[in-house]
Amino acid sequence: MLEGLLIGLQTALSLQNLLMVIGGCLIGTFIGMLPGLGPMSIIAIMIPVAISMGDPSAALILLAGVYYGAIFGGSTSSILLNAPGVAGTVASSFDGYPMAKQGKAGKALTIAAIASFAGGSIGALLLMVFAPALSSVALLFHSAEYFALMVVGLSAIAAFAGTGQVAKALLMTILGLIMATVGEGALFNLPRFTMGIMDLQSGFGFITLAMAMFALPEALFLVLKPKTQQEGQDGEIKDLRISRQEAKSIAPVIGRQSIQGFFIGVLPGAGATIASFLGYAVERNIATKEEQEEFGKGSIKGLAAPETANNAACTGSFVPLLTLGIPGSGTTAILLGALIALNVTPGPRLMIDEPQIFWAVIMSMFIGNLVLLVLNLPLIPYIAKVLSIPRNYLIPFILFFTLMGAYIGQNNATELLLLVAFGICATALRFADYPLAPLLIGFILGGMLEDNFARSMQLYDGIGFIWERPLTLGLLVIAGLLVILPSYRARRARLRAQGVADGD
Amino acid sequence: MALDRWIALVLVGVCLAYGYAAWFTMDGSLAPFMKRNPIWPSTFPKVLSVIGLIASLTILLGLEKAEEKEADIDYRRLGDYHLGQALFLLGLMVAYALCLRPLGFLFSTSAFLILGSFILGERRWIVMVLVSLTATLIVWYLVQQVLGIYLRPLPGFIGG
Repeated sequence: MLEGLLIGLQTALSLQNLLMVIGGCLIGTFIGMLPGLGPMSIIAIMIPVAISMGDPSAALILLAGVYYGAIFGGSTSSILLNAPGVAGTVASSFDGYPMAKQGKAGKALTIAAIASFAGGSIGALLLMVFAPALSSVALLFHSAEYFALMVVGLSAIAAFAGTGQVAKALLMTILGLIMATVGEGALFNLPRFTMGIMDLQSGFGFITLAMAMFALPEALFLVLKPKTQQEGQDGEIKDLRISRQEAKSIAPVIGRQSIQGFFIGVLPGAGATIASFLGYAVERNIATKEEQEEFGKGSIKGLAAPETANNAACTGSFVPLLTLGIPGSGTTAILLGALIALNVTPGPRLMIDEPQIFWAVIMSMFIGNLVLLVLNLPLIPYIAKVLSIPRNYLIPFILFFTLMGAYIGQNNATELLLLVAFGICATALRFADYPLAPLLIGFILGGMLEDNFARSMQLYDGIGFIWERPLTLGLLVIAGLLVILPSYRARRARLRAQGVADGD
Repeated sequence: MALDRWIALVLVGVCLAYGYAAWFTMDGSLAPFMKRNPIWPSTFPKVLSVIGLIASLTILLGLEKAEEKEADIDYRRLGDYHLGQALFLLGLMVAYALCLRPLGFLFSTSAFLILGSFILGERRWIVMVLVSLTATLIVWYLVQQVLGIYLRPLPGFIGG
């Protein structure tokens, strides 16, 4: 491990990669602050840039930096304007915005920055410990288990989608898988479902789809319904210091939430958003009576908890990506797509075949967190000026960058028409409350899922691998349960609410 | 019927069409030697079409009860929002897609940015033109020179 650390340090500390981390964090903070633009859109917009750099370590470092930057920027706009830029920072506005209204915006930002730093760094430490262990287990896996594991991942995403949403999330996943089968797969060398259209020969572009699913609907939502800017206190962000006593009171919160957030982040489907809400709820419940009163009115604990948890969860979500090659969230799915485009296949062999990528990413997480703390915090009053860019200019630029991203990726103007068409479909799906992340995850995993399925079918000459390999069977049973259990529990809860509960 | 069920209906159709292709039309053109393979190009799509059909029918028939949520935008009152602006912008994006090659990057992009802000209600022409031109040139420089991706800068008839 020490050797790995040194390799990683060497890669991450090269001038180019240091610039990538700093640049990524700044860009991420900048855009993450804009209400309505989430990390997925930002990363999708940055991908063409990352891919054309050609160096996978640098690309991943840049994108990871953008990711933390976006979360950090999102908390800034939550605190200052009560307008979270990112779903994962909604919980930060519960106590952060009241603090800002009391004129303690500077203090709130400092607490947010420290909590994010601690959450991110402790998360990265845990990642360093758990990822190698998990990937040595994963090396024992066959393609049959891989297939089953991906099915588990996809069903977990559907299962965590929320009450009444399981079927929708499942349908979106399947739709993503269906879209992944369009085009000419390596497996059979046959064009499938192209309807004779030449442009579909190579399948749908992943960047196009990512832009159409996230960036475009978000921009359209901003057009349709301009976010009413709440009156924050204007511009004056001063007094960034926190007292020793305050530091003492948030330290245990940060410790607990880093660990809890990290493990929530590891679970597929549960990400920064769930981690931050859960972290907030847990800390409120275990706080003393007087402190509970404070929650929601500017409690520093109530701000530190979600801030720590969401950053730790972001780091945790890298575990399944780096060790198994299975993304658990929309954001890591986009990162996976970028890696595949750079000819890197994340998975258990990543640590052996390309240790410099693996360790450089981990090292850059530490550096990135440090950059956010040291560089971004003092700059926040200036970066916050971005919040005053008029929307008349902002929206055309967002639209232009989505178009550019799709065009650069494929160098094909038809791709732009596809982008608009998919964007309209995605907006309609969002109106009807269909989750879009499962679609993209399904789309990205589709090829690998089918490859592993086909390989196991060929090895066992049929579907027999499912019952001949106990591990595979076990995983598939878990996947089935994950899909069925939430609706079963919801049904029981409904029956109980009607007073016809079953015996127990 | 609520929008989510209408969409489910459309997706039932998609799954049926997809399933029809997978179950009935794809295997016909399969080479004889490939038929001895345990897995065919149509195997995986067949599975997908069945699961997709089950999931979309579940939503269509309302088997899974969802609690009513306060949506960000209520699609039933789309007219209350800036629908016209959104539609114009989408149209502008299509126009951009069609013009990018024939008219060149520099002209199409600056026109896109200027018209985009115009649609959103901006009327300060000088600022608009300056911002758009600067941004276009910067992006063109970055993409062409730094990233090394070719973008035709000028309209074809000028020889760009």
